[in-house]
Amino acid sequence: MKNNKDTRVVIGMSGGVDSSVAALLLKEQGYDVVGIFMKNWDDTDEFGVCTATEDFDDVVRVCNQLDIPYYSVNFEKQYWDKVFTYFLDEYKAGRTPNPDVMCNKEIKFKAFLDHALALGADYLATGHYAQVRENDGRVEMLRGVDDNKDQTYFLNQLSSDVLEKVMFPLGHLPKSEVRKIAKEHGLVTADKKDSTGICFIGERNFKEFLSEYLPAQPGEMQTLDGVVKGRHDGLMYYTIGQRQGLGIGGSGDPWFVVGKNLKENILYVEQGFSHETLYSDALVATDVNWINTDVITETFTCTAKFRYRQKDSNVTVTVQENGNVYVEFAESERAITPGQAVVFYDGDVCLGGATIDQIIKNNRALDYVG
Amino acid sequence: MEPIYLDHAATTPMDEEVIQAMLPVYKENFGNPSSVHSFGRKGRQILDEARRIMALSIHANEKEITFTSGGTEADNLALLGTALANRHKGNHIITTKQEHHAVLHTAEELEGLGFEVTYLPVYENGQIAIEDVKAALTEQTILVSIMFVNNETGVIQPIKEIGELLKDHQAYFHTDAVQAYGLIDIDVKELGIDMLTVSSHKINGPKGIGFLYANENVMLKSLQHGGEQERKRRPGTENVAGAFGFQKAVELAMEHKTKRKEQYQAYKELFIRTLEENGVQFEVNGDIQVTIASIINISFPGTNVEALLANFDLDGIAASSGSACTAGSVEPSHVLTAMFGKDNPCTTNSVRFSFGIFNTEENVKEAANRVSRIVKRLTA
Repeated sequence: MKNNKDTRVVIGMSGGVDSSVAALLLKEQGYDVVGIFMKNWDDTDEFGVCTATEDFDDVVRVCNQLDIPYYSVNFEKQYWDKVFTYFLDEYKAGRTPNPDVMCNKEIKFKAFLDHALALGADYLATGHYAQVRENDGRVEMLRGVDDNKDQTYFLNQLSSDVLEKVMFPLGHLPKSEVRKIAKEHGLVTADKKDSTGICFIGERNFKEFLSEYLPAQPGEMQTLDGVVKGRHDGLMYYTIGQRQGLGIGGSGDPWFVVGKNLKENILYVEQGFSHETLYSDALVATDVNWINTDVITETFTCTAKFRYRQKDSNVTVTVQENGNVYVEFAESERAITPGQAVVFYDGDVCLGGATIDQIIKNNRALDYVG
Repeated sequence: MEPIYLDHAATTPMDEEVIQAMLPVYKENFGNPSSVHSFGRKGRQILDEARRIMALSIHANEKEITFTSGGTEADNLALLGTALANRHKGNHIITTKQEHHAVLHTAEELEGLGFEVTYLPVYENGQIAIEDVKAALTEQTILVSIMFVNNETGVIQPIKEIGELLKDHQAYFHTDAVQAYGLIDIDVKELGIDMLTVSSHKINGPKGIGFLYANENVMLKSLQHGGEQERKRRPGTENVAGAFGFQKAVELAMEHKTKRKEQYQAYKELFIRTLEENGVQFEVNGDIQVTIASIINISFPGTNVEALLANFDLDGIAASSGSACTAGSVEPSHVLTAMFGKDNPCTTNSVRFSFGIFNTEENVKEAANRVSRIVKRLTA
């Protein structure tokens, strides 16, 4: 085993506090740390200003504080081809994609990992809240200890072959501790606001952004029984379970999106948070990834998350012949959304994940959720 | 690993003699050259002597030398200054697609101000064609700005021919000679150059100073306003110590020109030979026969410049892609794009190596060996 001094760790730095502290911790552990800024999106505005420039500037300042070399790499083309195209295609198909999952799979832990290895890296590190552990000859991914920040949901498509080369220096820390470390060391990013939303959209209006790339086709809002409740701005702007922005007045409980009819361009809405059409008892998911395939049996029980920061639910997973999974819920679940990820856990160990494709109720696929 | 500097086209280390020459100026000659007392006069003396040496080095008159903060400012002054002062004569400007951004972006600014700019194409040998200049010239043309030596490829441009072509035309001829000065003999009168940009830090002088030569007939509007310094062309208290250091650097450059040229050419050849001997796949960008001794631009098929440069640096080799960085990421070189088209892989797999006083035969060979190892690993 190499000692830390001779172990090169390439760390992806975004200019945020998390990756700054991750770099600091690696440096303190004596690794040969190299900081890399990844540029995946060209957001240069009409005045030539681009937030990436500011973020890179923060990377530069932090790396100089830590006295580590820094470089940058441009994955705009790969990001466009692998992540953004998928993102648009999913919206076109009436689904709600998760570009962060795809970015981790195709860019950060593929293209970027390759780049890191080309720089002679022994490990790739990121500021994600997750943990890697070697257990019984297997490389496993565990949730970050900060339950509120755990990011394994977004990392569900990684394999143990990849994780073997990965370090998550923040996985064992609560976020508050990360901020504290940044402050104690006077890192220039200590008080920088966390980025929110999808990276390429940033702080911009989501609807406006999407309309730049996909033509919006307004249509009717109806109940599943065909009662017209108003008009929608384009199916892609709505997701299952959504309440905001429907503009349906009247008395009684608020209205919610319960489904979409892509062919007829109808948005289905029903009244009440707990409307029964929002509930289902199973799902079928595709693009299944198991972090360690050898621990997966044909049918098993575990817990699952259907969206980020949701509590785990008990499920029974059956691996189908074509590799897809049938996931049965112990209790019915509300607003399961096609296109989002379902991620499986055995205690704190993340087993892997898949993309939600069909929603099942009473053994039948719900045709109204698209 | 011992760091080896192969990026002298970006900037150069200062000559020890230059540093030593400057120190006493900082200590003893702090006077403002515009002051009416002995302290000021001493400063003015130094400045004027420096100006005389600069002028001498390009066969110009000392009144034709305007000190600036460096090459970028001199280019800006040349383009904006003459365009704005000569608008009555026409609104057309000719430059090339491979200029330094100090010229290119200034030309774009002028387009925004209503000037018409022709950007001449660059051929695969790295040169522009004199026929293209001829074809682009109109009665409206007031300025032609074409660099002496390209900073990325090192390719020398047909300056004398352009000067001749423009002899009987109203257009001023400006050339950014930042990469040429110090290694190539420049006689502005003989070459028909009306304006010429030189930078001190490219020739082992201090940073923060350069000059614009402008023929005394050139009408030039100043871009800054304030005092009377530099015959009002560039107001602001002069950088006396910088000018003195610059002067020393110029004197050394003139004295050692031939020797340095031979030396750098030998380094370049040794570098290429070593790559060949190591069995590295590469191609030289631009016609090596018309390339300045100090610069070589090499394409490494099957690699990308981001991985190359980072690997080089991690192994102690300082080189550059010579192109602009946006948010730190290396954009495809505009020079190589002009030469080979935008989808040619060499626009993103080429590196510029440039030689200078920090090099020795040993460290050039060692650098070529390290480069070979990295390229072979990346293309394995």
